[in-house]
Amino acid sequence: MTFLIYLINGISLGSVYAIIALGYTMVYGIAKMLNFAHGDIIMVGGYISYFAACSFGLPPIAAVFVAIIGCTVLGILIERLAYRPLREAQSLAVLITAIGVSYFLQNGALQLWTSNPKVYNSLVTLQPVSLFNGQLVISGETIMTIAVCIVIMVVLTLLIKHTKLGKAMRAVSEDKGAAQLMGINVNFTISMTFAIGSALAAVAGVLLCSAYPTLTPTTGSMPGIKAFTAAVFGGIGSIPGAFLGGILLGIIEKLSQAYISTQLSDAIVFAVLIIVLSVRPTGLLGKAQREKV
Amino acid sequence: MTKPLVRVNTDYALLREEDLDTTPVLETRHLGIQFGGLKAVDDVNITVGRTEIAGLIGPNGAGKTTVFNLLTKVYAPTNGSIFLNRVDINGYTPEQANKAGIARTFQNIRLFSQMSVLDNVMVGLHNEIKYSFAGSLFRAPSFFNSEKIAVERALELLSIFGMESEAYTKASSLPYGAQRRLEIVRALATNPCLLLLDEPAAGMNPSETAELMENIRGIRDTFKIAILLIEHDMNLVMGVCDGIGVLNFGKLIAKGSPDDIKNNPDVIEAYLGKQKEE
Amino acid sequence: MNTNKKAISSIGCSRKSNTITYIMLIVLFALFQTLASTKNLSRSTSGQLVPICVYVTAAIALNLVVGFSGELSLGHAGFLSIGAFSGVVFFHLFRGIGNETVQLVLCMICAGLLSGLFGFLIGIPVLRLRGDYLAIVTLAFGEIIKNVMNCVYLGYDSAGWHFGFSKSLTLESGGVTVLNGPMGVTGNSKVSSFAVGFVLVLFAFTLIINLINSKTGRAIMAIRDNRIAAESIGLSATKYKMIAFVTSAFLTGMAGALYVMNFASIAPSKFNFNTSILILVFVVMGGMGNLRGSMIAAIILTVLPEKLRAVGDYRMLIYAVLLIAMMLTTQSAKGKIFLGKLAELFRKIAKKDRNGKGAEKV
Repeated sequence: MTFLIYLINGISLGSVYAIIALGYTMVYGIAKMLNFAHGDIIMVGGYISYFAACSFGLPPIAAVFVAIIGCTVLGILIERLAYRPLREAQSLAVLITAIGVSYFLQNGALQLWTSNPKVYNSLVTLQPVSLFNGQLVISGETIMTIAVCIVIMVVLTLLIKHTKLGKAMRAVSEDKGAAQLMGINVNFTISMTFAIGSALAAVAGVLLCSAYPTLTPTTGSMPGIKAFTAAVFGGIGSIPGAFLGGILLGIIEKLSQAYISTQLSDAIVFAVLIIVLSVRPTGLLGKAQREKV
Repeated sequence: MTKPLVRVNTDYALLREEDLDTTPVLETRHLGIQFGGLKAVDDVNITVGRTEIAGLIGPNGAGKTTVFNLLTKVYAPTNGSIFLNRVDINGYTPEQANKAGIARTFQNIRLFSQMSVLDNVMVGLHNEIKYSFAGSLFRAPSFFNSEKIAVERALELLSIFGMESEAYTKASSLPYGAQRRLEIVRALATNPCLLLLDEPAAGMNPSETAELMENIRGIRDTFKIAILLIEHDMNLVMGVCDGIGVLNFGKLIAKGSPDDIKNNPDVIEAYLGKQKEE
Repeated sequence: MNTNKKAISSIGCSRKSNTITYIMLIVLFALFQTLASTKNLSRSTSGQLVPICVYVTAAIALNLVVGFSGELSLGHAGFLSIGAFSGVVFFHLFRGIGNETVQLVLCMICAGLLSGLFGFLIGIPVLRLRGDYLAIVTLAFGEIIKNVMNCVYLGYDSAGWHFGFSKSLTLESGGVTVLNGPMGVTGNSKVSSFAVGFVLVLFAFTLIINLINSKTGRAIMAIRDNRIAAESIGLSATKYKMIAFVTSAFLTGMAGALYVMNFASIAPSKFNFNTSILILVFVVMGGMGNLRGSMIAAIILTVLPEKLRAVGDYRMLIYAVLLIAMMLTTQSAKGKIFLGKLAELFRKIAKKDRNGKGAEKV
């Protein structure tokens, strides 16, 4: 029974990772950049929803909505100001810029909201479910997180596969130049990708803070790195891969915390990543690309 | 060319000196590779003699470059075997294949673009330069001696195409034709017994092509090596090759002397399509 | 044969550029040393002298991997960490030597070798991967080191050395705890000096340029430029990537040992992802494959945040903005055009100036 509890906790945490990883993987797949500031957008989403709910007393749904709008605007703005001028630059320059943006968001948050942790009141109003005569209680947050993650995953897959925007995204991902020649607005498509990724980060922020209710300016950075790991684990650029990677990572982390060592759980997660990549160099569901000679 | 560049390879494989002239450098038996359901190369048997210039022709997508990739071990064949100087090189990695004596150029030029022309050739000489890692870190006298010999040899090789004066140009800023020539020099620097040229005349004008033909013959004569080339320019192929193989849909449909190939009905069909009988 | 002479004379290195770098280093050392000994340096800056040497060494070592070998490493703080904590242990092991500087140098060498060994071990899985996958594995490696160091307890007493994993030690009275889990090193003797740091920088720089300007260095760069072509001329990509990676780990480990001996206490969490990124920023700012650039960037970007202390809390915010602004001006298409125009303007002014002077003479 305890194993089941840890497993469910793991899936819950993994779902948060999966939502963040979906954002990472979309931006990577389409704009071909590692957006290290993604984790900090989660944090911003957390703060926006916190103030919307606590200071302005908005109902939870409205607070989430405000956070999504805020993060989407922020994501588009960051892309427009910091990343778009570097579209043709070497990837390392973009990476460093993304890290600069990450520092900026963290330290901006530090100035605005200080380093004192905010106690986040869960925005999830779902009642916990009790099973096996109360031996197993699944919290509302857990149920909500898993449900939201599955919905997002399905919606994203449909979006990518069946809409015009999705087709444009896939085309830009394959070849920016060719896509442009086919009349696709590459800048708009990439902006939309950032918008969707940031909206997902906002949702992840709300769910993360609801489950782990201390909010500081660095709240987003470790989940951000973990989610990035999850995206690579599953095969970066692949949407089912990000989902699978996130869930597995969450489970591994929670189980190793429970059965091996709390201090070493991160090390175990990363060690598993190294082992998986040694066996499958492009992640679990990543496609191996053969270089044309 | 002032000094002769002769350095005949005799240290490959387990050949007796007197066998050298008669054994083929390269022999493939039932060579084939399959990508998914597609047989890109199927049952190809070719032989290249010791100082032969051989050509591999065929329509686009016939599998010519794939044959090169199999020979240089970029791809592992799914069928058949490759013998270099009678040694089966099937399990070799690309760098082992080169050390065994196969060097190549690439259809889409692959130079070390950030490095100088001289350094591109010097990299080719890598396995010929003898000094230890420690020797280079502590700048032992052997380092300077070997480097000096290597620089001289690199310049000598560049002089085949009259490129010594461009030794300090960055490789990526060379004109297209010169980049193709540099690839040949770099391949020669590894001291091969078989040189594979993948469309050496692509993008060259007729006079450059004529010059290239002379160069190819010159390389064969001075280095006493075998050359296998892929080319679409029929003037070059017919003018320079001793033997020609024709690939179509991964299969070898004809082989023989240039004259045989010119008159072979299968080859004409592969290139021009089936003539309607009237 | 003009080319021939030129070619022979340039064997081993591009001498002029390296001489400039050596002169720059010596002048900077003399300058700072004089300022420090005449007490003209603020306390915060003189405290930065050894870290500057550490970061300069780490930056050029990372440049060997990122700039010359062409692989992105996001975990170089891991090597600093290994160097630092093993360095302390070696320092205690060598406590019988007497001369502190000899003891320091020995412990730096041993720490560097151990770090190089780790570089080799981690290189086996890492160097099989490509591009971003390689980057994430180096990141994972850095995080693992940090996590494991948080759990390591090591100390000695009259009964010998004691080791504990995620449980603290109980030592006899008079025993010394060397590594104390998440607390890291405490009560350390501060024996690092600017002079040793300067020698380390010179050593690292000489080692790297000698490596780069040899057949090994050419092979490393050839594999970076085109792996398939390099393999086709008989070079093993894994071998030469490994040489670059291990050399880099070795030098970074030495720097780590120097770093730790500059502080009384240091926790493992000091060597985190942000530290890896910090070193990477030096490399990118200074220009990939440009050793002098890495050095200058490391010096400026280490001193700058200290100078920004004047603006108090906004320090890191300004640093972030500067970082983004610098990337946008030096790397974006528009920024490059702007810089080009600026350079042209300067040339014109300089030319005018010279013409003006010339006219005066006539």
